[in-house]
Amino acid sequence: MEAVLAIAIGVLGASGIWLLLRPRTFQVIIGLGLLSYAVNLFIFSVGGLRRGADPVLGTVAAAGSYADPLPQALVLTAIVIGFATTALFLVVLLTSRGMAGNDHVDGKDGPA
Amino acid sequence: MMTWLPVLPILLPLLAAALQLLAGAHRRRRVAAVSVVSCVALLVLALVLVVDMSTAPPQVYRIGDWPARFGIVLVVDRLSALMLLITAVLALAVVPHLLGRWIYHGVYLQPLVQLLLCGVNGAFLTGDLFNLFVFFEVLLAASYGLSLYGSGPRRVGASLHYIAINLAASALLLVGISLVLAATGSLNMAAIARQVPQLTDNARLLLHVGAGLLALAFLVKAAIWPLGFWLPRTYSSAIAPVAALFAIMTEVGVYVLLRLSVLVLGADAGPSARLGADVLLALGVVSVGVATIGVLGARELGKLAAWSVLLSSGTLVGAIGVQQPLVTAGALAYLAISVPSLAALFLLTGLIVDEQETQEPQQLEPYDPAGDALYEHEDERDLRSPLSVVIVSVAFFATAILLTGLPPFAGFLAKFSLLAPLLNYGVGAQCLFAAILLGGFGTLVAFCRAGIQIFWADDQWVFPRVRGRNVLPVAGLLLLCLAFSAWTVAPWHYVESAAQQIHAAALYQQAVLP
Repeated sequence: MEAVLAIAIGVLGASGIWLLLRPRTFQVIIGLGLLSYAVNLFIFSVGGLRRGADPVLGTVAAAGSYADPLPQALVLTAIVIGFATTALFLVVLLTSRGMAGNDHVDGKDGPA
Repeated sequence: MMTWLPVLPILLPLLAAALQLLAGAHRRRRVAAVSVVSCVALLVLALVLVVDMSTAPPQVYRIGDWPARFGIVLVVDRLSALMLLITAVLALAVVPHLLGRWIYHGVYLQPLVQLLLCGVNGAFLTGDLFNLFVFFEVLLAASYGLSLYGSGPRRVGASLHYIAINLAASALLLVGISLVLAATGSLNMAAIARQVPQLTDNARLLLHVGAGLLALAFLVKAAIWPLGFWLPRTYSSAIAPVAALFAIMTEVGVYVLLRLSVLVLGADAGPSARLGADVLLALGVVSVGVATIGVLGARELGKLAAWSVLLSSGTLVGAIGVQQPLVTAGALAYLAISVPSLAALFLLTGLIVDEQETQEPQQLEPYDPAGDALYEHEDERDLRSPLSVVIVSVAFFATAILLTGLPPFAGFLAKFSLLAPLLNYGVGAQCLFAAILLGGFGTLVAFCRAGIQIFWADDQWVFPRVRGRNVLPVAGLLLLCLAFSAWTVAPWHYVESAAQQIHAAALYQQAVLP
């Protein structure tokens, strides 16, 4: 399970970085989205991967047999903040497209 | 001291922003009054904290009274109190400028400024790594809005780059925080620092990777070469008062680098001691060099000010890399002088207008739903007043002297207190010494050229008639800095004891986790 998750995070992160370095604003925002998926999965995995572990509720049988709640709380915060900033970036992207007349990140198309 | 005092610098601007939003954007007087009250209160609060901290150990506020291991703590010590004070002074100087022609270019300028202050103060106070990320996002979200304020293709283009690079840096920050959590099992900075000396080799490797990623994220915020090329364009295209306020934002990155490098990776950290310190020193030296070239190459006043910000943060990051209390004390003195001077320079750029700009059509219709049509009275553009030229040029001269560090004023004293101990700490510190001197010379040349062009040679500059609310804050900032030329003993004692306090990392751990 660890290997699958690690590969998934790696592929998402690598694709995100590649798209982030592309010249079109749409590619940049998709890249940022993929990057934040990768980061969120990574934070989630920090608490260790367990199947069928109990949540921290009431009396827990043994320490270590329950799912670590801290990364879950962190990832929730990170998702909310990432969502808000991505939405803001989308508005700026559209404004830039309207003002510059093209979707290049520098606002002007170089020689094709 | 009352134990709940440290939470007020965060709550107060948040409350002010909420009130301003409730009041509505067209109630300009009320909104402005709330801003002024909030900024004055912040200044008083910061002064109280500075006075309290100069004799007391670090003070801890536990949010919800949860034990520090589980909950979020706010920690105020001499360094945090000093940073709060600088922020409050800056805010109070900027707010009167926001009441000028800028309010007709958009809405919600004042609430955004208050939210920015909330985020900045929170970042200075928090003792929790993830909470630091949250406050960073608060201040960044407000700064996105502020850098876009006034709109226009130039601002939107610059902000697009600014937002993209900061979103990427936030991703790095999150990965770094979760690696540190994985390695040490805690997010509380004091608990992390206590864990570091006894980590296993595997966990230490994770911690080092995490620390590297965190440092990368904060170096982006501090705009250190090669991660700082977003800054000149963003700062020079933002409106002048906003750019002045942004002068504190790079210092937030610098502050966190200083705090974490001495607390978590300081002398007591066992095998991790001084991790990356030499890298910070080297990056600082290169940044100062690059910023010197930038200052010399700057063709407009906004760019000159922006590259001066880079010069200042490069100097500070290099000084952090030396990791010696005396150098840190000098760096804090330099920070306390350079930030208000940079802010004054940015405010001045708003008082000197390029004639070509005044002939460009307005990008936005003035926002004036109440129809009180103040805009005609505010249109200061045709007025060329000799008195304005005199006031602005004297202010520019004072700013230049403070920023280049010419004797006998405070800029020189601060720079000297930073330079003097550098020679004793090896080749790297000596390189920083040389770089800072060269940077000072470059700044001097650049300011001479800019002053000659603007005030003597070119006809293209217009000096709109200055108003009291524009001049008094600039004069206040400059006089405050100049006052430190004469009143030196108590402030120097304060920064010196602040530096000693943060370098005694056990003191901070003791306060948070008794």
